Amino acid sequence: MKIKNVKEFEEFKRNIAKRKKDIVISVSSGTCGLAKGAEEVFEALKKEIEINGLEKKIEIKATGCHGFCQYEPTVVIKKNDLEVILINVNEKDSKKIIESALRRKKSYTPKEIKEFVSKQKRILLENNKYVDPKNIEDYIAIGGYTSLSKALNMEGKEIVEIVKKSGLRGRGGAGFPTGKKWDMCRNQKSDKKYIICNADEGDPGAYMNRALLEGNPHLIIEGMIIGAYAIGADEGIIYVRSEYPLAVKNLEIAIKQAEEYGFLGENILSSGFNFKLKIFEGAGAFVCGEETALISSIEGFAGEPRLRPPYPAEKGLYGKPTNINNVETWANVPFIIAYGWKWFSSIGTGKSKGTKIFSLVGKVKNTGLVEVPFGTTLREVIYEIGGGIKDGKFKAVQIGGPSGGCIPEKSLDKKLDYEEISESGAIMGSGGLIVMDEKTCVVDVAKYFTNFLRYESCGKCNSCREGLNQMYAILDRITKGKGKLEDLTLLEELGEYIKKASLCGLGKTAPNPVLTTLKYFKNEYLAHIKEKKCPAGVCKELIEYSIEKEKCVGCGKCNEVCSTGAIDLENYKIEKEKCIKCGACYEVCKKGAITIK
Amino acid sequence: MNKKIKGLIREEKNLVKILLEVQKEIGYLPKEIMEYISKEKNIPLSKVYRIATFYKAFSLTPKGKFHIKVCSGTACHVRGSENLLNFLCKYTGSEPGKISKDGKYSIEKVNCLGVCAIGPVAVINGKYYGKLNQLKLKKLLEKIENEDKERERI
Repeated sequence: MKIKNVKEFEEFKRNIAKRKKDIVISVSSGTCGLAKGAEEVFEALKKEIEINGLEKKIEIKATGCHGFCQYEPTVVIKKNDLEVILINVNEKDSKKIIESALRRKKSYTPKEIKEFVSKQKRILLENNKYVDPKNIEDYIAIGGYTSLSKALNMEGKEIVEIVKKSGLRGRGGAGFPTGKKWDMCRNQKSDKKYIICNADEGDPGAYMNRALLEGNPHLIIEGMIIGAYAIGADEGIIYVRSEYPLAVKNLEIAIKQAEEYGFLGENILSSGFNFKLKIFEGAGAFVCGEETALISSIEGFAGEPRLRPPYPAEKGLYGKPTNINNVETWANVPFIIAYGWKWFSSIGTGKSKGTKIFSLVGKVKNTGLVEVPFGTTLREVIYEIGGGIKDGKFKAVQIGGPSGGCIPEKSLDKKLDYEEISESGAIMGSGGLIVMDEKTCVVDVAKYFTNFLRYESCGKCNSCREGLNQMYAILDRITKGKGKLEDLTLLEELGEYIKKASLCGLGKTAPNPVLTTLKYFKNEYLAHIKEKKCPAGVCKELIEYSIEKEKCVGCGKCNEVCSTGAIDLENYKIEKEKCIKCGACYEVCKKGAITIK
Repeated sequence: MNKKIKGLIREEKNLVKILLEVQKEIGYLPKEIMEYISKEKNIPLSKVYRIATFYKAFSLTPKGKFHIKVCSGTACHVRGSENLLNFLCKYTGSEPGKISKDGKYSIEKVNCLGVCAIGPVAVINGKYYGKLNQLKLKKLLEKIENEDKERERI
């Protein structure tokens, strides 16, 4: 059905509200939920509702990721104002869940989730709990497309001003002011303009964009339509990586529905504004997160960055003015229009306004998606929201992906704010927070990122292409106990050179992981070089596995998994000649009797 | 080459899109199809090859009956995905980007699948498995193999 104008839209919203059922059960069915059995839970609950003839009373939906990834599958029961959150749900519990949903008179949140959401301010993620991404009416029911309807009554210039005043900055990493970017593109005179949503989330360890794309695609689409109207573009592209199949699928459905309901296409809500939106599946290249490389890729070429200026706002896709924003940036737009710039700029700190979603992962107790106002400290995120280190001692947190850096304990009171994070040598990046404990080797992590980047370097600039290979070779020999003291100065020199001589953001930031770990964890490098030891027990060439007789209970599991027969159970020994240091015995021993030296 | 692919090659201008569709349809980019694209679209074969090797989504070798993606994102890395990958190579007799001799397994090392909270993660024929270690993966593969044998028997 097509909604033709604002009046029809208002009426449609009233009708939807009437249709609401008493109890709504949402099963978190993002990729991580599905991996842990969300589909089975959904089917079991659905069956239970049908068996008891409760279809009119209870609505069940498969939603996107709720962000409590650690405790998947999670289920949220909404009964009028009551909200019950269930974690680690098993399909066998379906009967109990339905029964208690009917009886329940009190809200309930498990203590793990309470701890996890305590310091969060969930603006962008909150609706993931209530919206079935495959149903546009769900989105409309929570106020979706109301901002669009409001925006279409304003002048484009007015909208740009609002976004400027709100202080919204690009969430992709660099933090460029969004309103300023829009203004640049708006002021270009051209018969054709494009807008692009950069959904090529390539930072390993970051997945907040996936959660938004999978869970609430209409939010991004609405933001893009508003942006296109403000800038004067009539065509938009969502560049999404093909490694996110569910995101692609949900976006396809969402775009089709938005077209059917009249939010995309010709003369949207009788405003005279036309806009069409398409998906372009990225073929997997990290460098395509860079604007100009992304444009090359859409044009069908290899994703190589171009020299700027001209900026995409002047000459972008097919030579036309183009505005590119990240998924999370677009997702903020409908909220700014709905609640105003004053509201938005009241959240956050200094020059960083609003909230930011981080993916808190690694060796932390509560992993998942965390949305906090800018200005929250790293310590609050890791210890209060994340619940601290799983078992062991905190060593560092990697922020900003391969372009970012490792931040040590002493800097944990730094605020999450574009400027403060930059001062520490890292960058805000797209929001990956990978927590490391004493069993993570920082030299190994630096080597890991350098290896990632040398493969992802497009090869255009000599400094990045060759420099990273050299840095990798040096790090590799250090982790093998063959490093020399001079290597550390060499790494620093090379790093500075790559930063200065590379064209795009990838090269300019590529040495960050090495430089920050050298700055904060020099002793660990020195242990590898001087003592030929890996204090974290990670670098294979420098460690030995052994069995601690006192702790061993003789269960024989280590022997079962050992593929080379290196374990001498009788004498509590691991034969050095046979051991390939695969770590299988270490992983499997529950008593901690296998130790690394 | 089926009609769908031929039609696509004829109509689509964008080389990246053509190759993505071929990859989805066949599972890899056979040499003959790249040559066909080059002729049909009047693009030098070297350029087709360049795009096919620039982007990670493309594979020049066919996939095995069981295609296993091992995530090597940062979160999976710090939780031991490297050991998982080494084990898998040993177990299947294959290595990333190659197919095992019996055609059963192919392994792909991927940058990040974005399911970091439950790492280390592997995807076997499209299904995601989280919180793996070498033993769990071994048992999982044995189970899949047994189910497969059972299916073949029936």
